[in-house]
Amino acid sequence: MSTIPKKIKVAILGSGNIGTDLLVKTLRSPLLDCTLFIGRNLTSRGIAKAVSLGVKVSDLSIDAIVRKPDCCDLVFDATSALSHVKHVQILEKLGKIVIDLTPSNIGKMCIPAVNLKECLNHRNVSMVTCGGQASIPLAYVIGQTYNNVDYIEVVSSISSRSAGPATRVNLDEYIETTEKGIKDFSGCKRAKTILNLNPAIPYVDMQTTVFVKVERPDVEKLKPAIDKMVNKVQQYVPGYQLIVPPTIENDRIVVMVKVRGRGDYLPPYAGNLDIINCAAIAMAEEYAKYLLKKGE
Amino acid sequence: MPKILISDSTLRDGSHAVGHQLNSHQVAVYAAAAEAAGIPIVEVGHGNGLGASSLQLGESLISDNEMLISARKHLTNSKLGILIIPGFATINKDLSRAIEAGVDVVRVASHCTEADITERHITYARQKGKEVYGVLMMSHMAPKEMLVDEALKMELYGAEGVILMDSAGAYLPSDVTEKVSALVNKLRIPIGFHAHNNLGMAVANSIAAVEAGATILDGTVRGFGAGAGNAQLEVLVAVLEKMGYSTGIDLYKILDAADIAEKEMIKVIPSIKSESIVSGLSGVFSGFLKPVNRIAQKYGVDPRDIFFELGRRQVVAGQEDLIIEVAQELSHRRDIK
Repeated sequence: MSTIPKKIKVAILGSGNIGTDLLVKTLRSPLLDCTLFIGRNLTSRGIAKAVSLGVKVSDLSIDAIVRKPDCCDLVFDATSALSHVKHVQILEKLGKIVIDLTPSNIGKMCIPAVNLKECLNHRNVSMVTCGGQASIPLAYVIGQTYNNVDYIEVVSSISSRSAGPATRVNLDEYIETTEKGIKDFSGCKRAKTILNLNPAIPYVDMQTTVFVKVERPDVEKLKPAIDKMVNKVQQYVPGYQLIVPPTIENDRIVVMVKVRGRGDYLPPYAGNLDIINCAAIAMAEEYAKYLLKKGE
Repeated sequence: MPKILISDSTLRDGSHAVGHQLNSHQVAVYAAAAEAAGIPIVEVGHGNGLGASSLQLGESLISDNEMLISARKHLTNSKLGILIIPGFATINKDLSRAIEAGVDVVRVASHCTEADITERHITYARQKGKEVYGVLMMSHMAPKEMLVDEALKMELYGAEGVILMDSAGAYLPSDVTEKVSALVNKLRIPIGFHAHNNLGMAVANSIAAVEAGATILDGTVRGFGAGAGNAQLEVLVAVLEKMGYSTGIDLYKILDAADIAEKEMIKVIPSIKSESIVSGLSGVFSGFLKPVNRIAQKYGVDPRDIFFELGRRQVVAGQEDLIIEVAQELSHRRDIK
């Protein structure tokens, strides 16, 4: 009998801001063992960070997994939406579980506070977007509280410094994928998403505002449900906080949250990296528990 | 005579001045008047551009498409222009449809330090054969070296000109001279300037831009635009003519167009109200004026305090949601006292 806790093997594809932050979180997990950190350029900052943490690295992109398929059970894809389209076919053939951190909108959408268990039945799971992880738990509660929600709008502001090149080139996918997530999880008829990049120094924290249009906006009914959901998200995203509780202004309901990150790679202002990565870790650990239990 | 290209933002920036309630009749009537005056580019849409109708920024009375179609019918020699800000609108949902509706000129805008988010949209519009410009909004917030770097990116993506927007009306003429000259020196494409009148400098700043080498100017009739309004177009045309610049615009007919606009759609002619001066001083986007006044009243706080606090936080255009947070915070602070 071994006393060493069992872990599943995971590879991280993409060495940008998201991939590198995810690496630090993976190393802290009792259930995940990062066996390979993959980029395209051995001189990148992300690869340097991985080397400093003693993690095996590769610059071969997806080929690193094709050449050594046994290196991992699960792959986090932290590249770009366009790259994920190619990766998903290759990884499916290799039988890997894939957790997608790009806004490609291909896999089953996962919001851990809402549908974690359900996602275990899928081998390709999409973490939607950072704004989606911040807003969809609230949108879900809104959809559960009111009948016939007409419209939900989500506005997020993130620090420019936290938006790397892939995030910037994927703004359209970010918007369309977040909108789809809001509609699917809340059942609202129409949804809209806006993203602002703010370059202010000191860097601004990630903030997300949800606006809602319903016929009878009774916020007293909504408040306890929102508090409960915020608490649930905080179980896996410790820096998630409600800063404006449900309020009626100009005939719309307004709810606002802020996400302070753990400062794993970028400092705490980059709550956008933190929330999607915390969600991805929650999903990966759920797979790990399932696979390790099955293996016993 | 040196030639200045005028882009008329009346039917786009003016949307802010009427809470985005322009109707298709107003768009049609003004477009016809602008065509008659020989205005080269007529920009149409929600104040924050395509796809910006929202609870965050204000909902439009009619859709982007209705606005564009209403204007298109009346424009033959004048080109139909739009503004698109990535982060609000997407190619699939918004830009491709606008191009189908017959847009000629596409301006792709970002906050002045974030030009790389415009690459895909500029490239797409160029591939569709459109005349494409890059726009750096809130350009008072970045030093000239940074503006040059960002403008060069837009040039690289295929922009055929770059427009500096003084979205908060925060520039003084010497700032315009410094920043426009820097861009004119480093870029091969034409440079433009879009003024706001918070500090009463809109026409003077536009002239400073031209004297520094800008060849594109924006204006709106009666200054019909966000906050304290823009450079008043009919004044600008008159001043440019007097200085010996050519705009190709018929003076009598632009004056007529301004009168028609006043009669048909300008409920209140923009003037420099107290809050607009504060908006200019604090460097906060002119479009914040109406929501700041509304929310200040709801929470019983001074709108000027809201503007200065927003300025301290360096908010950018599109962050209107933060007004509520700031107003709540100010009202809590007051209650504690």
